[in-house]
Parts: sequence; C-alpha cells; structure tokens
Amino acid sequence: MSSGTSGKPSSVATDLILQKVLAGMPPSQPTGTGESPAKIVGRVSAEISRSERWEHLKCRIGAFRDNYVISPGLYAFGEPGIDDDVLVSANYKLSFDALRRDLGGRNFWILVLDTKGINVWCAAGKGTFGTGELVTRIAEARLDGVVNHRRLILPQLGAVGVNAAEVRRRTGFRVRFGPVLASDIPAYVNAGYKKTKEMSIVRFSMLDRLVLTSMEINPAMKKYPLFAAGVLVLFGLQREGILFASAWNGGLPFLLLGLVAIVAGALITPVLLPFIPFRSFAIKGLLAGFIAVFLASLTPVIADSQDDVLLRVVTFLLFPAASSYIALQFTGSSTYTGMSGVKKELKIGMPLFIGTAAVSLLLLIIFKLSEWGII
Amino acid sequence: MKYLANVTTLEYDAEKCTGCGRCVEVCPHGVFVMEDQRVLITDRDRCMECGACALNCEFGAIAVDSGVGCAAAIINGMITGGEPTCGCDSDDNTGCCC
Repeated sequence: MSSGTSGKPSSVATDLILQKVLAGMPPSQPTGTGESPAKIVGRVSAEISRSERWEHLKCRIGAFRDNYVISPGLYAFGEPGIDDDVLVSANYKLSFDALRRDLGGRNFWILVLDTKGINVWCAAGKGTFGTGELVTRIAEARLDGVVNHRRLILPQLGAVGVNAAEVRRRTGFRVRFGPVLASDIPAYVNAGYKKTKEMSIVRFSMLDRLVLTSMEINPAMKKYPLFAAGVLVLFGLQREGILFASAWNGGLPFLLLGLVAIVAGALITPVLLPFIPFRSFAIKGLLAGFIAVFLASLTPVIADSQDDVLLRVVTFLLFPAASSYIALQFTGSSTYTGMSGVKKELKIGMPLFIGTAAVSLLLLIIFKLSEWGII
Repeated sequence: MKYLANVTTLEYDAEKCTGCGRCVEVCPHGVFVMEDQRVLITDRDRCMECGACALNCEFGAIAVDSGVGCAAAIINGMITGGEPTCGCDSDDNTGCCC
C-alpha cells in the first residue's frame, strides 16, 4: 500500500476503514496520526425511508416522543474521507434524520453523542450534550485516527452544554459552533465556516408553535378526566344521592368550559403568541381565556347556566385562570423565555391561581348549599 | 418576540473582553455584537439566560445565572426543593421543552 494520503478517492478510504472496522481489524489506512482502530458505528445517507417517515409522524404526535433514539458513535454520511468535516449531533433520531435530510449530496462524518434521545438544545441544558460526553465520544471513536484535521462543527445550541476551550485542551479538537439549523450547514461550510446573523438566531415561527402545542394539549387532556369527574360529582350531588341527570345537565356547561380553557391556553395562546398583547405568558393566556370563555358563554348550552350569578362569576374566574396557567406552561416550549422571567411570573401568578381556584370552589359550595335550600 | 423586561441576570465586564467573538457565535438571540474588537450588548431583554456565552467565555467576562425558562420545571423544583428540571427524561412528562 502506498504511503501518503493523497491520490485516493475519499470513498475508497472510507470503505477501507469501514470494512476493517466491521471485520474487527484496525484500519492500516494512513489516516492522520491514528494507529489505534477507528470505531465507526455505521453508514447513513440522506435517503429517509418510508418506514422512517411513518416513525417521524408517530414521534411528532407523541406516540413515543421520548424514546426515539439511535446508537451513539461515529457515522459516515455519504462517503467521507480523511479531510471531511466532522459534525456533532444528538442521538434523538428526529434531530439526526433532519441533519441527514439537510446534508444531502455531501460527505461528512457525524459524531453522535448519547443525549438519551433528547434534542441538542434541551440535552445541552441538562449537560448530556456536554463537554464530558463529547470528549469521551471523540476518544471512543478514535477520531484522531479517522480524520487528518482537528476541526469539529457543533450545532450552535450545543454551546449551552459544551465548553469549546475545554474540549480543545482535552482532545486537541477545535470546536466551531455552526448554525442553529441543520439546513444552514451547507451554506455555512460553503462560506468558509462563516455564519450570517440569521443563521445564529433562534426563531419561533407560527408553525413551530403549532407543532409544539401537542406538548401542551396532551398533558392538559390527561388531567381533564379528573376535572370532569369533579364537575359531574359536584353537579350530580343531590340530597337524594348522586343523580345522573343533574350531573349531566348541570355539569355539561362546565365540562365544555374546561375544554375551552384548554383550547385557549394550550392552542390559541401559543399559536397567536406575538399577536396577543403583553409579554407575560400568564397575561396572554388570561386574555385569550377570557375572550374564549366570553364567546363560549354566548352559546345556548352554556348561556343557560349563566342565569345563576354564582355560576357566572365562577365561569369568568376559574376558566380564564385555567387558560392562563396552561399558557404559562408554554414557556417550556418557547425559545426565548428565561428562568428569571418565568420565576417572576410564577411568584406573582401562583398565589393568584391558587386563590382563584379556592374562591371558585367556595362559590360552588355556596351554590350547592343554596340549591339544596340550606341557605 | 421579547420576554419580560429587566429580569435577566446577565452581567458583562467589558474590561475583561478580548474580542474573541465566542459569545457572538453562541448567543441564540443576538444579544452581543462585535464593534472595534470589543463586544457590546445590544438588548439585554432578549437574553434567555441559556448560559452558552458565560460557559464559553474563556476570559470570565460574562456571568449569568442560567437555567431553564420553563414553568413546569420551576414548579417541579419548588415542589422537590431541588434544581428546576424538566420531566422530559422521566415517565412523568410535564409537557416541557423536550
């Protein structure tokens, strides 16, 4: 075998490395300084299969959102050689596949960190997409033996967990934080690893927000049966026992208003986020909830219950507050809310939420007592 | 989109800045801009306290009390008395970011 690294198509180099790795042999390819065996987990392409598309859909709607993973380690994307760039990714398959799709037609090495199936940004916040994990994976993949250079391209949002200076000290690899979005990587590389300002800004489009509403609607709907049971018992409870007819007839407006609050807080507020006045998510949710409850109260099925002043007060207290509380949860999905701000909202909001719930319960008890003719 | 005004814990010491540009590279909200080999803060209210700048500033010019801006996580932290954490990696999904 000839010495030197030139004159060999990169694909051949990769194939040799891959074949030897798969055969459990160290690659004798003159790749950088590496004399130890490179460890390549597999080869991937930009082609997303039909079954993968179906998995993506299921993952998006929450069927197995938290458990969609690929094995960590070094992957060959296309037919990379010793001079091709190394991208670092999370092992959340939805993120990894987005990367594959966006890189089509190029050759890269992709080093996948074990982020427990969580996307880059969240994993970086938790530290799983972090300095220690990156250093470990570089060593484990024998990356210095796979490539000739010492460059890594990390997703920009990984910077929350990765200290570039420390990675360089410990591995010799120089970290560049690339664009936020994988789709900007080709342009970024073409521009000589230069980011435009647009590439480094995190946005929060209406479509982004709409997709994320499932993360708000699902948990809210999980709690809904408990709320519904409470409403049915409250309205069904008569001196004679629990009557089904009065549970249903009396409870129906509140059951619907509960759904209205969820729609207002978990769907309308997130989707219309920048168009609802005020910066506070709790106030946005309160406004959306109040308008939604008002509109709902005009429908015949709910309007009937509004004859009772106590029920009317509870309607306009409890459900806008519920919408506000649910909307506040969307801070977890948002891309621009900081901890100090959310803490401030909670500090002011929580006593109000709890107070509103307590007052509403008290009013409902008074309503029941007067219904029974006790007061 | 901007979140609440005057709440961020971001602190920047221009004296220590060497103009390396790492913070400009990592900030997801364009809080820093480079001007005459020094970094300037444009709009503090855009800071979401992710902590990427402070972690990657080799010269200790930036400090921020970073954490997750997520209500469910902070409520979790209040209840358990620990650090605010999302429930995303446990069975008890809080409807948080991940």
